Amino acid sequence: MTEADIRTLIFEIIVQIAPEIDSADISATENLREELDIDSFDFLKLLIALSEQLSIEIPEQDYERLISLNDLVTYLKDRLSENKT
Amino acid sequence: MMGEQRLKTTYQEAVRSGLRDALLRDERVFLMGEDVGCYGGCFAASKGLLDEFGPERIRDTPLSESTFTGAGIGAALGGMRPIVEIMTVNFSLLALDQIVNNAATYLHMSGGQFNVQLVIRMATGGGKQLAAQHSHSLEGWYAHIPGIKILCAATLEDARGMLWSALQDPDPVLIFEPSVLYPMEGELAADAGAVAIDRARLHRQGKDLTLISYGSCLYKCLDAADTLAAEGIETELIDLRVLRPLDEQTFLTSVEKTHRALIVDEGWRSGSLAAEISARIMEQAFYNLDAPVERICSAEVPMPYAKHMEEAALPQVEEIVKTARRMVRG
Amino acid sequence: MAEFIMPSLGADMKNGILVDWRVKPGDQVKRGDIIADIETDKGGFEVEVYSDGVIDRLLVEPGGDKIPVGTVLATIASATEQPTFAPAQSTERRIKASPAARKLAAEHQIDLSRVSASGAGGAITLADIETAIKTATQEQINPPSAPPERPKASAEGLRKAIAAAMSLANREIPHYYLATEIDMSRALAWQEEYNRQHPISERLLPVVLLLKATALALTRIPELNAYWVDGKPVIRPEVNIGFAVALRGGGLITPALANVDRLSLAQLMSAMSDLISRTRAGKLRASELTSAGITVTSLGDLGVRSVFGVIYPPQVALVGFGRISERPWAENGAISARPILTATLAADHRASDGHLGARFLDTLDKLLQEPEKL
Repeated sequence: MTEADIRTLIFEIIVQIAPEIDSADISATENLREELDIDSFDFLKLLIALSEQLSIEIPEQDYERLISLNDLVTYLKDRLSENKT
Repeated sequence: MMGEQRLKTTYQEAVRSGLRDALLRDERVFLMGEDVGCYGGCFAASKGLLDEFGPERIRDTPLSESTFTGAGIGAALGGMRPIVEIMTVNFSLLALDQIVNNAATYLHMSGGQFNVQLVIRMATGGGKQLAAQHSHSLEGWYAHIPGIKILCAATLEDARGMLWSALQDPDPVLIFEPSVLYPMEGELAADAGAVAIDRARLHRQGKDLTLISYGSCLYKCLDAADTLAAEGIETELIDLRVLRPLDEQTFLTSVEKTHRALIVDEGWRSGSLAAEISARIMEQAFYNLDAPVERICSAEVPMPYAKHMEEAALPQVEEIVKTARRMVRG
Repeated sequence: MAEFIMPSLGADMKNGILVDWRVKPGDQVKRGDIIADIETDKGGFEVEVYSDGVIDRLLVEPGGDKIPVGTVLATIASATEQPTFAPAQSTERRIKASPAARKLAAEHQIDLSRVSASGAGGAITLADIETAIKTATQEQINPPSAPPERPKASAEGLRKAIAAAMSLANREIPHYYLATEIDMSRALAWQEEYNRQHPISERLLPVVLLLKATALALTRIPELNAYWVDGKPVIRPEVNIGFAVALRGGGLITPALANVDRLSLAQLMSAMSDLISRTRAGKLRASELTSAGITVTSLGDLGVRSVFGVIYPPQVALVGFGRISERPWAENGAISARPILTATLAADHRASDGHLGARFLDTLDKLLQEPEKL
C-alpha cells in the first residue's frame, strides 16, 4: 500500500465522519483535528476505522504522535511495513 | 329635560298612573280582570280606579281567564281598546288558546282585515314566596309566538309608560310586570309619559362584558356590576324590555365591543329566552366572541315555597359576579 | 384507543413536520417502535410509539405544514379494541382560541401555536393576540404571508431554538456556579491500563469516566437530577444525562444517555459513540431529546479550562468539564505535576443551595479517585 493509497483511505473515512470537508483543503502539516474541527470521539472513530481496514493495532500511547495528516500517513505506513516483516 | 321635577313613587303607583292616564286619554280604553274593581287588583295596581271611572270601564270578571281574555279580543275587534289583567302568568295558561290561537292569529286568518288591538297585563316571576303555581317566569314562552308583542317592564318609567304605547300598537301586546317589583320605590319624572317599545335600553356602559337581562333580574345585574366595577371589571348592562321582537342590534353591538356576553334570565334554562339570545349571538357575532356565551337561569324545578329554597332557585347576584369574573379573568 | 401525538422535544419546540410514516393502518406496534420521522428546528428525529397495539388511523399526511406539538397524528387500538381503520380524516387538534382571537390572528397572520393563552380554560383570547401582534411587529417574528414552505432544519432554525431555550434559562433561572479541581492521575492511569488491554474499538475516552462518575454522584445527590415544574423541583426517577454534542456547521444538541448509573464503562462508551454519530447524522429518537434530567458539557477537547454553562430548562443543573491538563499540584507538602480537571456545576438556586452543589462536586471528586469502582 502506497502513501497515496493510505491518504485516499484516510480521506474516504474523513468524508464519512465529516461530510462537508473538502479533502483538498486539508493541510498535510497542520493539526488534523483542528483542520477538520473534530472532537476526540470523531478522531477515535477515524483511528478505529483505519485500524480495522488496515488490520493494524494503534496503541493509545501512540495517539500523541498523530498530529498532522503527514504524521498519520507516515505512522500508518511504518506500522504496515512492520506487520509485513 | 334638565331640571325636571322628580317625584317619589313606587312601581305599583307607576302602573296605576299609566292605567289612569290611558283611561283619561281614550274613552275606548277599559280595564277588566279578576278583582281589578272592588278589590283594586291583586297587586293593588288598579286601586281607586273603580271609584274614578265606574264599573263600565273597570270591570270585575268571573274567575275564567279564557272567557274574559276572549271578551277582550272581541271588544278589540269591535273597536274598543281593552286592557285585560291576568293575575299571574301561571293563570294565563288558562287563556292560552285565546292568546295563541285567536289574538295572535286573527290578522293572518282574516287575510289582513282585522287587527286585534288588545293589551294584556300580567304579573310574572318569583321572589314573593308564592310557590309553584304563582311564581314562574313564562314570558319566554310567549316570546315564542309570532303575532304578539311581548314587553317586560323593569323600571318605573316602563311601568308608567309602556301601557299607552302598547295601546297604540295595532296588534296584541302582552306586558309582563315582575310581581316582586310592585313595592319597589324610586323616583319618576313628574311629567313621565309614554315610552318607546321597540328597543332595549343600555343601563350601564362597560368594555369587558355584556350583561343581558330583563325584569327583576335587572337589579341583580346592577348590583353585580357594582361589585365587578370595584374589581376593575367594566360591564355593559342591557335591559331587553322588548322580549319579542328582540332588539338584536343593541346586544350585538354591545358584544362587538365587549366580546363577552352573560345572559341573566329568570326563566328555566332549557328552551329559554336566554337560549334564543345566546343562539343569535352565536349566529351573528361569533367572530366577536372572546369567551363562550353563558347563561344564568332559574333552577329547573317548580318554584319552591320556602324562602331560602326560593332564593337558591332564582338567579342571584353572587352567581352573576362569579360567572362574569370567570369569563373575564379566566 | 391510544393517541400518538406530535412530541415536544424540549420547551422551545412549538411544532414539527411529519416527514414520513413508517407504519400503515393495521400494523402491529409495540412500545418503543419507531413509527414516524419528524423534522424540527433542531433537525430530523425518529419518533417512537409509547403503547402496544395496532395502528388504527393515520390522521395526518406526511409532508405539508408545521404541526403544533400535541396534535394527534395517529390513533392506536389496544389489543382488546377493534380498530376502525376509517379513512384518514383531517385533524389538526384545535388550539383553544376564542373566535374573536382566531379572527384577529388570521387577519394578522399570527400563528396561534406561538401565542400563549390567558383565557378561561387555557384559551387564547383577543388580548393575547393583541399582545402577540405587538411583539410580532417589534420582533418581526411572524412568518410572512407567502405560501408556507417546508422549513428545512437549518443552522438558523437550530440557532433560534437554542436562543429561545437559553434566553428563557437566563431570564428565569437564578444560576449559581461552583468549581473544583480534580486530580485525575488515578483515573487516567486506570484508563490507560484498561485501554492497553483492549483493542482500539473497545477503548475508553476520559469523558466516559467523567460521565459515569457524574451519574453515580447524582444517585447520591438526586436533587440535582430534577425538573423545576410549577414552582417546585421534581426529582427524576432515572439518571439520564444530556450530553452536549456540537454539530458541524454550528449549534449543539444535547441528547440523553439513559440510565448512565447502570451502564458499565464499556456499555457507556459504545452508547455514547452511537449517540454522537446519530446526533450528527440527524437520526436521534424523539425520546432522546426529552428524557435528560441534567446536562453535561465537556469542552476539554478545545483546551478550555473551565465551563460555566447555562442550564437547559426545566433541568436544574449543568455539569461542565474542562480540559485535563498537567498543572502543579500540592499534596502532603510537596508539589508535583498532575493531570488536573476543572469540574464546574451551574445549578438552579431555586432548586438547590451551594451546600448541596458543593457536596455534589466533592462526591464527584471522590468517585474519580477510585476509578476501578466506576
